[in-house]
Amino acid sequence: MAQETSKTNGRRSKEVVIEVRDVVSGFGEHVVLDHIDLDVYRGEILGFVGGSGAGKSVLMRTIIGLLPKHKGTIKVFGTNMEAASDTERQAIERRWGILFQQGALFSSLTVLENLQFPVREYLDLPQQLLDELAVAKLEMVGLDASVCDKFPSELSGGMTKRVALARALALDPEIVFLDEPTSGLDPIGAGEFDTLIATLQRTLGLTVFMVTHDLDSLHTVCDRIAVLADGKVIAAGNMDTMLASTHPWLRAYFHGKRSREGSQYDKTARV
Amino acid sequence: MSVTLLEGTAQGGQLKLAGAGAWIAENARSLEAQIEDETRRAGKLKRVDIDMGRVERLDTFGAWLLERLVRAYSSRGCDTKVTGLKDDYRLLMDELHGIKLVEPPSHHDNQLADAISTIGENIFAVGHSFSSMLNMVGALAVTSLRVLTHPRSFRFTALVHQLDNVAWRAVPIVLLITFLIGCIIAQQGLFHFRKFGADVYVVDMVGILVLRELGVLIVCIMVAGRSGSAYTAELGSMKMREEIDALRTMGFDPIEVLVMPRIAALIIGVPILTFLGSIAALYGGGLVCWLYGGIDPDIFLSRLKESISLQTFEVGMIKAPFMAIIIGVVACVEGLAVKGSAESLGLQTTASVVESIFLVIVLDGLFAIFFASIGM
Repeated sequence: MAQETSKTNGRRSKEVVIEVRDVVSGFGEHVVLDHIDLDVYRGEILGFVGGSGAGKSVLMRTIIGLLPKHKGTIKVFGTNMEAASDTERQAIERRWGILFQQGALFSSLTVLENLQFPVREYLDLPQQLLDELAVAKLEMVGLDASVCDKFPSELSGGMTKRVALARALALDPEIVFLDEPTSGLDPIGAGEFDTLIATLQRTLGLTVFMVTHDLDSLHTVCDRIAVLADGKVIAAGNMDTMLASTHPWLRAYFHGKRSREGSQYDKTARV
Repeated sequence: MSVTLLEGTAQGGQLKLAGAGAWIAENARSLEAQIEDETRRAGKLKRVDIDMGRVERLDTFGAWLLERLVRAYSSRGCDTKVTGLKDDYRLLMDELHGIKLVEPPSHHDNQLADAISTIGENIFAVGHSFSSMLNMVGALAVTSLRVLTHPRSFRFTALVHQLDNVAWRAVPIVLLITFLIGCIIAQQGLFHFRKFGADVYVVDMVGILVLRELGVLIVCIMVAGRSGSAYTAELGSMKMREEIDALRTMGFDPIEVLVMPRIAALIIGVPILTFLGSIAALYGGGLVCWLYGGIDPDIFLSRLKESISLQTFEVGMIKAPFMAIIIGVVACVEGLAVKGSAESLGLQTTASVVESIFLVIVLDGLFAIFFASIGM
């Protein structure tokens, strides 16, 4: 299904929603991102992979504006984020949602208040509608109203991720950034989460920028994969491109023991 | 805001509604009002047709309001149909259509019952914190006995590190504050005693007050605010990140590794600070007596020698290590009571400071009774 959407988008002359050009970023002398270029197209699910410490989260945080960059330009919806005025920036920030790795739910607010927090800030809506919408969002991410009054510290890992996703979706964003959405979930939970992301992507027409290590997510939901290594995007394309690549790191990543074919080889070896 | 997003025409038992414009979050408020108006339409209606053909944009907010409209009419027994919805939005509507709306539980309970239950909870919490303090004292006693029999297991490096934090780095601020307190007491004493021509008794007052009570109290309040809160926050964040569980699984006793060195550092540090603080306060008192009251330093010193004895000094110093234990125990108990959230860390740190200052003052009162009855 997800692939279908990407195909239809392909025909629609691929609108670029995030354009990263020649970005250099890092901590002090240590350069993490070395002249990076990357495009994210409307309506796609982009899987962003790379070794631990390769700078995946750094790029995500640079795009969002949490980390300063040394050089380069980042355009979101065609607006240069650096040159944008505060109001322009705020208008764009309202159009994206972010799922942080640990959820980053506000620990002093209940689940319901967490979901309503961004909405209340931007829109003036009656309480009853806010409540209904929050419950609707919770159901969309596969939870029910029974978690409404819980505090984040009372939620399990999977529930935290779901609530955090619901909060990321609270304002009906056009882009969602997901930082390792399936890390720390069991394979069943991770699989459900993947399906959920694909479903929401279709129903809400989202563009998804997903930092992940999960090979299954890459196989099942991602339309396109971008690979970060040595501070550069060394490859971008669909799964077949990745599997066909001869780059040693890509081969180790996609043909390794934990990849789908890798585990198949193991099975035959054991038999 | 007065854009028409929904128009209705009723014909007999049939209602035709036509949506238009952008049904998105920004327009949600006016859209809700217009939808409310339509749902309140009186009269018997059999069929409701909602034409969404002219709606340009639809997001979850708009879709939910449409769903609300559909549900409102369906529950009135009308045959409700949505037509002209763009394909892109079909999925979203289907998704929302499946949502069972469970009212979030209401919070309008009996206020009196709430108040009573809050009182009960607080009383229980006081009892609980008392028992966990006793627990900590017991655990500390056991650990100290173990350390006494195996002196090598004592964390000497940690103790030195804590002493540096708690005592050495606190010296300047403690000296400054006690000096100022000494000055203020002397000034106030001079100002009021002068009326009776009893200027010189200010020296007695400053000497006894500072050495017996104020030196140790001011220092303890400072230490509770400065080091007690730091202990609670340190242990609390370690608890939050499961570091304490990690220690336990490696076979270390958190009391021995974390709590002992901290409390030992306080037991050593607080008397030292009390001594330094008392000296600084006496110095401040002497300075004010000289500059403001015209009492020469020579006279101040000889008067001070007459008015105080070693016992006066001892009374203050004996109290210091006990105060230190109280501050340390409260800080560590509260630190270990931190639960997962950042809010809980803040709550426990506040509780730690408030409780330890309160208990220090209570203990000071008990000591006053004790010293009075043994004639010190």
